[in-house]
Amino acid sequence: MPYKVSVKTVKGPLAAKVKDMSGQDPNMCFQCGLCAGSCPMTGEMEIFTRRVMHMLQLGLADAVITQRMAYLCASCHTCEVRCPRGIEIPKVVEALRQLTLREGENFLAPEDIPKDKLKDMPQAAIVAGLRKFTG
Amino acid sequence: MTVGYYPGCTLKTKAKNLEETAIACLEALGLQAIELPRWNCCGAVFSLADDDLIHHVAPVRDLIRAHDEGHDKVITLCSMCYNTLARANLLVRNDEEKRKTLNLFMDEETDYAGEVEVQHYLDFLRTELGWDKLKAAVKKPLDGLRVGAYYGCTLLRPDDVAIEPPETPQMFNDFLAALGAEAVPFNEATACCSSYQILGNEKAALEASATVLRGAANAKIEALAMSCPVCEYNLGRRAGDVRAAHEGVGEVPTFYFTQLLALALDLPVDTLGLGQNEPEAAALLQSKNLVAAVPA
Repeated sequence: MPYKVSVKTVKGPLAAKVKDMSGQDPNMCFQCGLCAGSCPMTGEMEIFTRRVMHMLQLGLADAVITQRMAYLCASCHTCEVRCPRGIEIPKVVEALRQLTLREGENFLAPEDIPKDKLKDMPQAAIVAGLRKFTG
Repeated sequence: MTVGYYPGCTLKTKAKNLEETAIACLEALGLQAIELPRWNCCGAVFSLADDDLIHHVAPVRDLIRAHDEGHDKVITLCSMCYNTLARANLLVRNDEEKRKTLNLFMDEETDYAGEVEVQHYLDFLRTELGWDKLKAAVKKPLDGLRVGAYYGCTLLRPDDVAIEPPETPQMFNDFLAALGAEAVPFNEATACCSSYQILGNEKAALEASATVLRGAANAKIEALAMSCPVCEYNLGRRAGDVRAAHEGVGEVPTFYFTQLLALALDLPVDTLGLGQNEPEAAALLQSKNLVAAVPA
């Protein structure tokens, strides 16, 4: 899908918001792709972390937040410990999640979780999941 | 110096076999940690958004409880609790502005500045006892058992709370070797099992779990040792679903590391809590003559 890139997108408010919320500067990324190569959850991602960082450099935050990618991150922090530029990538992904969750758009409706799944599932997984999937 | 113990919400019910074996082992090894009389859920994950302070209240409140009890250190068993508490502690120590805001928000509590040290049980064994003493305390070495130390994520990442260098950990293998087991390294020892993704993205979660189990089976690992209830759920309780969704995933029973410790210390078999593991776990130990009959 083609994206329009201009000075307006690069300096757009949403990209600035991601930067503020995460405390990370996507422009530090030099696109080595080690993050995407290390990610255990890429199987179902439409775009990987390297591309996310590139799109954020171009100010395309509004296009990134419509992707399911941020909700597939397991916050394992493998990308972060391996990033040669020292970018805390999970914080960037968290900002992308929060931008939609704070608008009241839950990724997962708690009432849709099958009750039989909850019976055995550890509380830690349920609490963590609801923290990441709901606002 | 006194040491507090923070259980966390999963250990009183769905991971009782982790807590009960850990406490029994502390006693057997002559170590002491006092359970906090009051504690709340730590939140399970550390809040990653810079402008979100409210989710740090829960873990910091737990640390205040430990401090109020006069403890210099608080230990955890659940890796996720360790990670959340340790990161919240560093935040309070290093960020003066956020520390002030959190203390003001909890003005009914004692002011807290990160005085308590957060340590994971495995690291506590290493520093308080050491592997040589542990080896000497072992009464029933786990001879002939090929065990993979599965670190998962939250003991090793991010760097500032890692119990060891994230890419080259050794402690868990040394622990298993002290128990007399054959500690088998494997590439996926530090890979993610998919964590909480099992709640919202089951297909992708089972795929990540399959990668770990496949790696363990390829290394001819007979048992996986771990400390996280979510990892145990994904790789143990849900192993049947992983195998159903992915061909070529072998059967690798999972244990909490404290269950293997209790076994090696020759604690009574009914303290091992094997009834909460998948049936393959007890069957493996029986086949290796490490336990006789396992109580239901």
